[in-house]
Amino acid sequence: MHIEFTLNEQQMSLDVPADRPVVRVLREDKGLTSVKECCGLGECGGCTILVDGQSRLSCLMLAAQLQGRRIMTLEGLSTSEKLHPLQEAFVRHGAVQCGYCTPGMVLAACDLLQRNPHPDRQEIKAGLAGNICRCTGYQKIVDAVDAACTTDKDSGRGY
Amino acid sequence: MGTEVFLPQSLPEFWDVHGSHPDAAIYHGGTDVLVRLKETGRTPPAYICLERIPELQAVQDCGETLFVGAGLTHAQILIEPNIATHWPLLPRAVAVLGSPPIRHTGTLGGNLGTASPAGDTLPPLYCLQAEVHVVSASGRRSLDIRDFILGPGHTALQPGELILGVQAPKAGDWGIPHFEKVGSRQAMTCSLASLAALIKIAPGGCIQDIRLAWGSLGPTVICSKAIHRKALGKPLNIQTLNSLADLIQEKISPIDDQRASIHYRRQLAQNLMLRLVSDY
Repeated sequence: MHIEFTLNEQQMSLDVPADRPVVRVLREDKGLTSVKECCGLGECGGCTILVDGQSRLSCLMLAAQLQGRRIMTLEGLSTSEKLHPLQEAFVRHGAVQCGYCTPGMVLAACDLLQRNPHPDRQEIKAGLAGNICRCTGYQKIVDAVDAACTTDKDSGRGY
Repeated sequence: MGTEVFLPQSLPEFWDVHGSHPDAAIYHGGTDVLVRLKETGRTPPAYICLERIPELQAVQDCGETLFVGAGLTHAQILIEPNIATHWPLLPRAVAVLGSPPIRHTGTLGGNLGTASPAGDTLPPLYCLQAEVHVVSASGRRSLDIRDFILGPGHTALQPGELILGVQAPKAGDWGIPHFEKVGSRQAMTCSLASLAALIKIAPGGCIQDIRLAWGSLGPTVICSKAIHRKALGKPLNIQTLNSLADLIQEKISPIDDQRASIHYRRQLAQNLMLRLVSDY
């Protein structure tokens, strides 16, 4: 099937099997290794991407559904050499241990901050509740997102 | 080249595609259907995805009632002003359903079609006394939700029918809209037991009207007329709720599985009800 969509702000035109899971289109066909197929059943958040700005699980989408959509993976979050404030905050707060869940966590945080630019800690936890991390105990991830929106508040930068 | 996936852009287009692929797997968000197919390893002859059919997205104020299209995602339900005003009970349940990406994906119609005893939108829809509207190429009909949901995974939907939406009386004037569920994880949890409630308190402080609906404690949502009768005219306090405990125990038939024992679920049925007073 021929599909056209925007991937990390680049126009894509692909021939793929219509029922190929989007996670495999992105990770295996396009080499975007931030997108992880972990549980494959929508439980863990490892394959989180942004579809038209909203968090979705790419293991629960078929390639045909990409048609006409604007897709963002972690690779597209920062267009320059400079890290996105959320990524910087994750580094500064030690929110990354093995790193496997990190791309999904950062994109889930991105989705949250678009809906709610100044969440409290409870709201941050609820916003990340679909993403499982087996290393950090979540504390530092919540710290990082909390810090990123505080910095964001100071700099007046919007998500 | 894989199995065909159709994304019809209107209901007529859906009937066309469905007519030529009657055995296709039909899904909206796919949070249940795609997972189930993956778990069973079955490949359907084709997929039909409903996400681009505008007729399923309607929200209509019909005067005394509100109609909400089957295609609204849970995230859309949370921000739809008509639902917040007229069915404030529904967003309370949807807010704790799945996780943000699941709420961006799963739909009201999907939750109905899956007909899981643990479906989080079902107890609120029973309390609201919702009618399920279904449509086929030849017409449209509506059924009381109690007649639509027949058992775990079973609905009254006939081959060639599609869930169009739900309609229910406006219930913004019920003083207490309540939903609580208990599960093993804060997000993505399949409830071990849940309780939706609508309660009207008379000026004197007594229960003027009450609708309670329990999820995950039987093959379908559990409601009890006996509880309703016994609670009317009583004050909403712990004594009243304790006096209803035996009635709910008679009504439920929880399962024993790896997630919880029958004993625990029975305790939850009762305790969820007692928490109605701690919250209000």
